[in-house]
Amino acid sequence: MTSATNFINIGERTNVTGSARFRRLIKEEDYDTALEVARNQVENGAQIIDVNMDEGMLDSVEAMRKFLNLMAGEPDIARVPVMVDSSKWEVIEAGLQCIQGKGMVNSISLKEGEEKFLEQAQACLDYGAAVVVMAFDEDGQADTEDRKVEIAQRAYKLLTETLDFPPEDIIFDLNIFAIATGIEEHNNYANDFINATKRVRETCPGCHVSGGLSNVSFSFRGNEPVRRAMHSVFLYHAIPAGLDMAIVNAGQLEVYDDIPDELREACEDVVLNRRGDATERLLEIAEQYKGEGAKAEAKQDTAWRDQPVEKRLEHALVKGIDAYVTEDTEEARQKADKPLEVIEGPLMDGMNVVGDLFGAGKMFLPQVVKSARVMKKAVAYLMPYIEEEKAENDKGSNNGTIIMATVKGDVHDIGKNIVGVVLQCNNFEVIDLGVMVPMNEILDAAEKHNADVIGLSGLITPSLDEMVNVAAEMQRRGLNTPLLIGGATTSRAHTAVKIDPAYDGAVMWVKDASRSVPVASRMVNKASREKLVAELKEDYDKMRERHAAKRQTKFLTLEAARDNRVQLDWSDYAPAAPKLPAETPYAKRQPLTYKGATDDGVSGLYVFDDFPIDELIDTIDWTPFFLSWEMKGRYPDILNDPNKGKEARKLFDDAQAMLKQIVEEKWLTARGVVGLFPARTATNFDDIEVLSDDRSDVVSVVHQLRQQAEHRKGVPNRSLADFVAPAASGVDDWIGGFAVTAGLGSSEKVEQFKAEHDDYNAILVEALADRLAESFAEWMHRYVRTTIWGYQPDEDLGNAELIGEKYHGIRPAPGYPACPEHTGKDTLWELLDVENNTGIQLTESRAMWPGAAVSGWYFAHPDSRYFVVGRVAKDQVRDYADRKGWAVETAEKWLGPNLGYEPEA
Amino acid sequence: MSDTRQAIESVLSERILVIDGAMGTMIQNHDPSEEDYRGERFADWASDLKGNNDLLTLTSPELIKGIHRQYAEAGAHIITTNTFSSTTIAQADYHMEDLAHELNVAAAKLAREVAEEFDSAENPRYVAGVIGPTNKTASISPDVNDPGKRNTDFMELAGAYGQAAEALLEGGVDILLMETIFDTLNAKAAIYAVRKLMRERGVDIPLMISGTITDASGRTLSGQTTEAFYNSISHARPLTVGLNCALGPDALRQYVAEMSRIAPCYVHAYPNAGLPNEFGEYDLTPDEMAEHIGEWAESGLLNMAGGCCGSTPEHIGAIAQAVAGKAPRQRPDIQRAMRLSGLEPFTASA
Repeated sequence: MTSATNFINIGERTNVTGSARFRRLIKEEDYDTALEVARNQVENGAQIIDVNMDEGMLDSVEAMRKFLNLMAGEPDIARVPVMVDSSKWEVIEAGLQCIQGKGMVNSISLKEGEEKFLEQAQACLDYGAAVVVMAFDEDGQADTEDRKVEIAQRAYKLLTETLDFPPEDIIFDLNIFAIATGIEEHNNYANDFINATKRVRETCPGCHVSGGLSNVSFSFRGNEPVRRAMHSVFLYHAIPAGLDMAIVNAGQLEVYDDIPDELREACEDVVLNRRGDATERLLEIAEQYKGEGAKAEAKQDTAWRDQPVEKRLEHALVKGIDAYVTEDTEEARQKADKPLEVIEGPLMDGMNVVGDLFGAGKMFLPQVVKSARVMKKAVAYLMPYIEEEKAENDKGSNNGTIIMATVKGDVHDIGKNIVGVVLQCNNFEVIDLGVMVPMNEILDAAEKHNADVIGLSGLITPSLDEMVNVAAEMQRRGLNTPLLIGGATTSRAHTAVKIDPAYDGAVMWVKDASRSVPVASRMVNKASREKLVAELKEDYDKMRERHAAKRQTKFLTLEAARDNRVQLDWSDYAPAAPKLPAETPYAKRQPLTYKGATDDGVSGLYVFDDFPIDELIDTIDWTPFFLSWEMKGRYPDILNDPNKGKEARKLFDDAQAMLKQIVEEKWLTARGVVGLFPARTATNFDDIEVLSDDRSDVVSVVHQLRQQAEHRKGVPNRSLADFVAPAASGVDDWIGGFAVTAGLGSSEKVEQFKAEHDDYNAILVEALADRLAESFAEWMHRYVRTTIWGYQPDEDLGNAELIGEKYHGIRPAPGYPACPEHTGKDTLWELLDVENNTGIQLTESRAMWPGAAVSGWYFAHPDSRYFVVGRVAKDQVRDYADRKGWAVETAEKWLGPNLGYEPEA
Repeated sequence: MSDTRQAIESVLSERILVIDGAMGTMIQNHDPSEEDYRGERFADWASDLKGNNDLLTLTSPELIKGIHRQYAEAGAHIITTNTFSSTTIAQADYHMEDLAHELNVAAAKLAREVAEEFDSAENPRYVAGVIGPTNKTASISPDVNDPGKRNTDFMELAGAYGQAAEALLEGGVDILLMETIFDTLNAKAAIYAVRKLMRERGVDIPLMISGTITDASGRTLSGQTTEAFYNSISHARPLTVGLNCALGPDALRQYVAEMSRIAPCYVHAYPNAGLPNEFGEYDLTPDEMAEHIGEWAESGLLNMAGGCCGSTPEHIGAIAQAVAGKAPRQRPDIQRAMRLSGLEPFTASA
């Protein structure tokens, strides 16, 4: 492309975050083809290969290691240096441990302060790698020229003076941001970058400057010719300033001189911010350079109101604007012969546009849900007219009928509701049976409505078993309806290994809402279904084989695992006795109420009734909130993400507005209970015994599981019981328990929104209730540490540290990795009388209702930590059954996801 | 910079130093029996011990000391310890992992004693603690059908190397010598461990890093060219970098010349005494070998020279004579640039 000899192309196609194809190959473990991608890049002139495996569903460390090890065996790829690219340090280290050449780390930054920065830079020196330093510091990502320069200079000084880091091995990524976005503050971003580059190269001798080129043209996505021109113009000006490498898709560059004069000048105007109307002018001419088939971008403002009604409806649907929907629908109805034609015509056309855009990754979920809201309002308006017409063809025109339900024992339905909305947008008739639905109800409904597909959802692990039960029952009833499986704990592996063998019909796991439409469409059509099923069965066979191979974990005997427990030095550590203040601003101490409890003042219970919700807002962890809307990215970075930042911000604003209403209009009630008890670890090392106040009687037993997989030397086999003092230590210790909810009132609100055809707000209120409950759990943990137990009275942490868990003690929840067995909640409910004190109930699968609830145990020892119990062997399952007073089969049922062996049927 | 490093550098700026010759060849010439290897201490050891040359440090210390002495008498300045296989990983073949620490400490002490016997202002002697490659490879699969497979990993190697280095320092070595590197990733693990160790101890031990070009392809076994190899280990900031083993001097020359051209640090070389003949013996005579090395010195390629497999005190004596009085290689002024590598080098000038 450019003639600049000193410019380095870094190949970007072996990056799962940047290439959907590569992501798919890695996920499907098609490493042969993935290696081809790398080979092609080298053949096409990439001088360095960027490898990135940052994807939530991947074991990124393992994927990085595996891919680099395979690459090492391919001389025509391994010829060039590797850029090990990850936002996770452990992935970077894993990568550095696999490359014999001298590579590059992408990236480190001052985001988490100097100490971390220097520590990671030191490691780069020890491994022998050049390092990309992002212009990012404790205050965030640098956007202005001065901030970029200031951060680079500070990092340079630290690296060269503190570590004697070779300046020639430092590459600054000065953040290329999108320009011509229509937002005035963005207009100078390219200039800021170019000027900063110049100053950094002048003041930090020896260093290099890099950036992610495609960001600059982000607002013109879909218009490749204009993007290519912008890239080339940008490089044309940035390279002389000192930009000497970039992560580039060589296909996305135009030869500068081949750019038509008019376009080049318009691009230079926006890149160099030469005139106030530069963006408008580029927008004006951009259309004529656009390739065929791309969708026209809607004009801004209210100009769209002047278009014909069909276009207005489409615009309203795509943009999710419901302000005019009633009047536009009425106008369309008057134009049409029959009211149904409005739905089948302009409304469905509009939703098809939405579906296409979503499918192509050009719209995000919150937008789609808003589109659905507009659609539902329009349909609701037309319904009385349609009824009046008594149109005989009341059904038959849709794509198919889908029964959806959250299975028995489970209450989680945000994901299911989202899938329902997306399917409805695509003209499926969705019959949503709600939550905690027994299997007969699901199957009866399927038969009654002659359903084309059944969709099952669930979040907690026991739901996995229930889904297997439903599949088996479908087999028994002789059904042939395709079955879709979804929800957070479900997986392709579980579907292949457990559900699919139970049912001869089609079974398919759906990863997220965006996948549900193509899958459902293929399922309802008989011909495509047969093809899909054949593919699936083959795929599942492979999964099962692989799964069988993976099962070969080496286990220690339970005895050996116990011998390798965490042995804390109790001679050197006295657990803090709980302070148990008689009165706090929020709750009073009460004696414990469960059977056998005594009250000598060394135990206590606190009930928080109607806790003020506004105190929970500041400590909300927003990252999972965005995730529940299928928007991945760390808060607050996600708000400035060049790709989804705009939609993320809209969603965030809506959430803030609703939070205000939740507080002011008291939509939700938060309640919680906390208890602290004398306790010790039993002589079997795995049980925690809750004691009477005088420690003479064991009044309850909290059973724990122990990691049993063989670990490398020096790594203990952990159990939560290790963190409590054993009787033999002669040390008095305690544990605590808690249950909190912020979801009382949420189901009423959800119903109300649904009645108003407003799924967007229905999902929003549920998602917020979840976040508030988590925030309440966080608040409560802190309150326990500082006040009730009071072992860390002076702690004063900001929100980031709280979320980062930089304090002593843990609060593991039954059903989560450190204590994965769900009936642990029974003990907790008994000890704290949770149901009476908070209104939180347990379902038969031990899901909490309302769903926006959190419960768990408190451990205070400074060395206590979260861990994953993982798979356990049969001797432990037997022992656990004994301890619980269960039959082994019962234990195997509850420990299903953790079994390290195939139980006998 | 440490005092030792400064002292060696000042000598290196004035003359070519001589590295001792093969330990294995000399031991084989003595042909020790299974009983000699075992000594009293390991008389009842369950596995065969013959061939575990490093064990002789404990069971026949006088034999090893005698070999060191012969090389020192022949004129070697750099006495290398008998620790080529004294890592937990290499000793595992004999189930002697637990002896790794002791082997290194004891071998370093033997070499130290001899070095001090011979040390003089005119001919300073330094002990180089040998860190061998181990018998495992971090970047090559042991199974042709499964190219992603590995029989060790970086951290396992780093652990073993770190332990060996620590013990060598405890025994009193002046220099650490990572030699016969056929997989650069192994060497990187050693460098990683040694850098950490030096930081923890607050010391600066001069490093000699020595790669092995395994055949006429001109590459290491793991596939790197000479320059790519140098780029991969440059972060160790070594005292010397160079090549040893595998080839005789005639075949090795071009790669030594290449190293000499690109490396900003001092350069060493200690080739085999030719390639082994059909009886596994090395044919190159001391005079023939000295002729090659003398020519290299003449051409300004060398700061240190010696012999590897097949070389004897006679070879080293001849080499010492051949380089005596010849001017050492001047370190070139290499332009600073980001020098990366895969199997091949990649340079980005600033």
